[in-house]
Amino acid sequence: MFSVNRIDSPRPQGDALTLPAPFLRWFGERGWQPRAHQLELLARAEAGESTLLIAPTGAGKTLAGFLPSLVDLTRRGKIPPGSAFRGIHTLYLSPLKALAVDIERNLMKPVGEMGLPVRVENRTGDTPQAKRQRQKLNPPDILLTTPEQLALLLANGEAERFFRDLRYVVFDELHSLVTSKRGHLLSLGLARLRRLAPSLQTIGLSATVADPMDLQRWLAPQSPDTVAHAGLVTVKGGARPQISILRTDEHVPWAGHSARYAIADVYEAIKEHATTLLFVNTRSQAELLFQELWTINDDNLPIALHHGSLDVAQRRKVEAAMSENRLRAVVATSTLDLGIDWGDVDLVVHVGAPKGASRLAQRIGRANHRMDEPSKAILVPANRFEVMECQAALDANYIGAQDTPPVGKGALDVLAQHVLGMACAAPFDPLSLYEEITSASPYSSLPWETFERVIDFVATGGYALKTYERYARIRRTKDGLFRVSNPLVAQQYRLNVGTIVESPMLNVRMVKRNQRGSLGRGGMSLGKVEEYFLEMLSQGDTFLFSGKVLRFEGIRESECLVSQAFSFDPKVPSYQGGKFPLSTYLAEQVRKMLADPARRASLPEQVRDWLSLQNDVSMLPREDELLIETFPRGSRHYMVIYAFEGRLAHQTLGMLLTRRLDRAGLKPLGFVATDYSLAVWALDDLGTTFQLRRKALADLFDEDMLGDDLEAWLNESFLLKRTFRNCAVIAGLIDQRHPGKEKTGRQVTVSADLIYDVLRAHEPDHLLLEATRNDAATGLLDIGRLGDMLKRIKGHITHRRLDRISPLAVPVMLEIGKEAVQGEAQDFLLSEAADDLINEAMGTEPL
Amino acid sequence: MYRLAQALSAPADSTVVSARAIVHGVEAICDPLGSLYLPETRTLVVSDLHLEKGAAFARRGMMLPPYDTLATLRVLEAAITRHDPKLVISLGDNFHDRVGSVALPETFRHMIAAMAMGREWIWINGNHDPDGACGLPGISLDEFQHAGLIFRHEPSRGDAAGEIAGHLHPAATVIRREKSVRRACFATDGKRMLMPAFGVTTGGLDLRHRAMTGLFDRARLVAHMLGRDRIYSVRFTNLIA
Repeated sequence: MFSVNRIDSPRPQGDALTLPAPFLRWFGERGWQPRAHQLELLARAEAGESTLLIAPTGAGKTLAGFLPSLVDLTRRGKIPPGSAFRGIHTLYLSPLKALAVDIERNLMKPVGEMGLPVRVENRTGDTPQAKRQRQKLNPPDILLTTPEQLALLLANGEAERFFRDLRYVVFDELHSLVTSKRGHLLSLGLARLRRLAPSLQTIGLSATVADPMDLQRWLAPQSPDTVAHAGLVTVKGGARPQISILRTDEHVPWAGHSARYAIADVYEAIKEHATTLLFVNTRSQAELLFQELWTINDDNLPIALHHGSLDVAQRRKVEAAMSENRLRAVVATSTLDLGIDWGDVDLVVHVGAPKGASRLAQRIGRANHRMDEPSKAILVPANRFEVMECQAALDANYIGAQDTPPVGKGALDVLAQHVLGMACAAPFDPLSLYEEITSASPYSSLPWETFERVIDFVATGGYALKTYERYARIRRTKDGLFRVSNPLVAQQYRLNVGTIVESPMLNVRMVKRNQRGSLGRGGMSLGKVEEYFLEMLSQGDTFLFSGKVLRFEGIRESECLVSQAFSFDPKVPSYQGGKFPLSTYLAEQVRKMLADPARRASLPEQVRDWLSLQNDVSMLPREDELLIETFPRGSRHYMVIYAFEGRLAHQTLGMLLTRRLDRAGLKPLGFVATDYSLAVWALDDLGTTFQLRRKALADLFDEDMLGDDLEAWLNESFLLKRTFRNCAVIAGLIDQRHPGKEKTGRQVTVSADLIYDVLRAHEPDHLLLEATRNDAATGLLDIGRLGDMLKRIKGHITHRRLDRISPLAVPVMLEIGKEAVQGEAQDFLLSEAADDLINEAMGTEPL
Repeated sequence: MYRLAQALSAPADSTVVSARAIVHGVEAICDPLGSLYLPETRTLVVSDLHLEKGAAFARRGMMLPPYDTLATLRVLEAAITRHDPKLVISLGDNFHDRVGSVALPETFRHMIAAMAMGREWIWINGNHDPDGACGLPGISLDEFQHAGLIFRHEPSRGDAAGEIAGHLHPAATVIRREKSVRRACFATDGKRMLMPAFGVTTGGLDLRHRAMTGLFDRARLVAHMLGRDRIYSVRFTNLIA
């Protein structure tokens, strides 16, 4: 059972804990007791405290979060018709539209049964215009919404009236919200809500996190001299999950992510359980797994597919079927990570390594909403390294390790968007807006000078060359207040609000060929696929999407037309950014496992054999040791670096190493990175060079690579361009949507790249470039992590010179040739194509 | 932005690889800076400069960097220095909007005047700037016949023999081993030529796009793609291996 086991501030005194009669009756009729943490949260709320509740799934978190509001509203009683305008009482924020809708259903049930005088409504992007208008004129008591909708409401001229009576703000799944730019935007929204309703209290609901204090601070208003934080109620509990790693007689592959070998075993597991949730890490994997399952689904079990690129209508259908227990299994990506009620799931299967211990714990929590029964989960590693990773994650889950990322410093692009939104709401005084913004914990250390630059950016782009003054979007008027220059600015803001920048995607629509063979119009919409992938298809190619094999027919008016097809070898769309890197914590665990014979003994036989073979022909590194192997293969010389720092950090390392090797005249040709290791290949004999110390490995891996080399590479990096595009869209430099015309993703991408180049050439210190570099350092490039690694391995590099590839090197070597081409490699590809032509007589020749 | 880097670093011309094409019997050199040079008549052709694009967006509330004009003019300077032409033809969409040439800052006017010193200059009118170039050296025309070729902004749908046009911003995509690279290109089938857009913040339209259909004999069409410091010439039918 659950118990409240950690309360870090004294419980308020008095008899505030008496629940109103309808509540007592409702609990009594069902033979239930309010849970300790629900009463605890209520008591604190009634005493005026903001609180963070950390509890596992199934602990009645939702009711706990709403109890203070429901009790307060019950005491207030029904508002007689014709009363004066009253703003909303409680605001509930969820990271997912679906969750807001789901909560409305779950909340209305007890509200209805108790007969409480409470009106609950949701407001999402799908809410019809008429309902939105009515909500503004006659607000519900409790409004359930998303961070983007809050930003829109706050940028409205009527925000003050709408929110002035606000008592509680409830943040659901706070752990997943706060670490992203959405969380930054939301923190700024909260700061504004506090100004409109100074006495409001916050309630945060969260799964277990590494550092609760981060979230507690987030929930409280900060000021220059004190660090404030909300109270904390922690519920430990539930039965221990039963997690196992799939044991199979099949051959576990060396590399790859499909886990195809395990399909039969997985199918058996589905048959043995009532409802199974199958988690994968990427949308491509979801499509593949779904297809494989249906290939062997001889019992015709209802198995469905759910991921973020599918059409909304289709997703809603799956969600509904799931909650009504009409499905036997759902293949899903992270869209379902969060707390939607998914009916009676009795098994979670995780295909592929979970990449983080906390993520695994949250996903497994999806099984079994009943509190005292253990959740059951099976991990299915897709390759041998993943076997180790799964074992590490499993160990971590038992010892309750947490590796959620910290909240981080507030992003400047998000701040720019918010500043414009605030100008749309009402003219603002910069000093008081600064004070408001720095009360949000992610922005509490924002320097005034930076804030001024942000305002300058919002007004005219913030360029050193002041040529746009007369076109300024916001202007300071005589009264010292900044206001928007014209209504178009507000319109543009509303169209582009939010921090989720879609990578260029095209809608996929099913069409039929008519008898004359031409394409018909308007079939069903299936969802969205990245434009980059579609560009590589020619008519007649087949690909896997939405659980179907589709034939590519062409692109018409920014839609991709497809027809039903049959193929044994369809392509699978790839999605950028779909992959999570291995968490630092798990990486450390995998390194420990490699180094420790006792822990290795717990691994399956196949993996043990693989590792002991490695030990025989090369070695297994100690925990703090960096193993580097060199060997020749074909006409090339390879160097494999076992760093275990995740794909992103390895990619950055690969770029920097090739630059250095090039400078040393060793003729590097390329590199490829996985989560576990990095392979670099060259024309020159790297092994001999290192052995003879013509170039010392220690110098090659010196921390100073993070200086000039990094700077030089960053400037050329496509990764930085992608990051810049996101910052530029969020900050409002480039519109995703412009009134009247929809830009396709490709158009946004092209112009963002070109703008980046021009800006970098002429104003390298521009605010947006600073924001881009900040993002890249933590996100795409993982520079911080790389720096930590270089420090860690200093003096601990071991070089093994082999005459052929080692067992441990096989996985990364199998990845060669699978990566997309970027940067200089693009010119190689072009010259390959051009060389074809040179051999022909064409009336043209290179001079 | 290889072109800007190229223009700023001014590499030794020996390291730059251009491509030679014959359009309607006239020799034409495709330069990786994005300009076309006709050696017989010492004519330099550029297209779709889209000068003052940043300013045009700023007028509509999007504060793009105000540096695009300078960057484009730098590349143009480099191209002019490289070939020292007698005549420069700018094939339309010279400015991103009608206001562009009127509101052009003085510094840029001086840059253009310096470039035009000692040579003829023809501004072909485009759909973005149909009113001609205001207060700049040279003359504005809708189209221009010269050296056995005809220069206009929009490619005509009819007989195209000897036509040099812009407007469509042609780009080609090479696909090898399921990987793709896309670059702006000169496109010619020996009869007519479409010029790549020269402005540094201009996007591209794929040769396979519908707007391109019917313009070329695809069997003879070659895309001269702009690379880092050379032109890559790829036959249209060979773009996708």
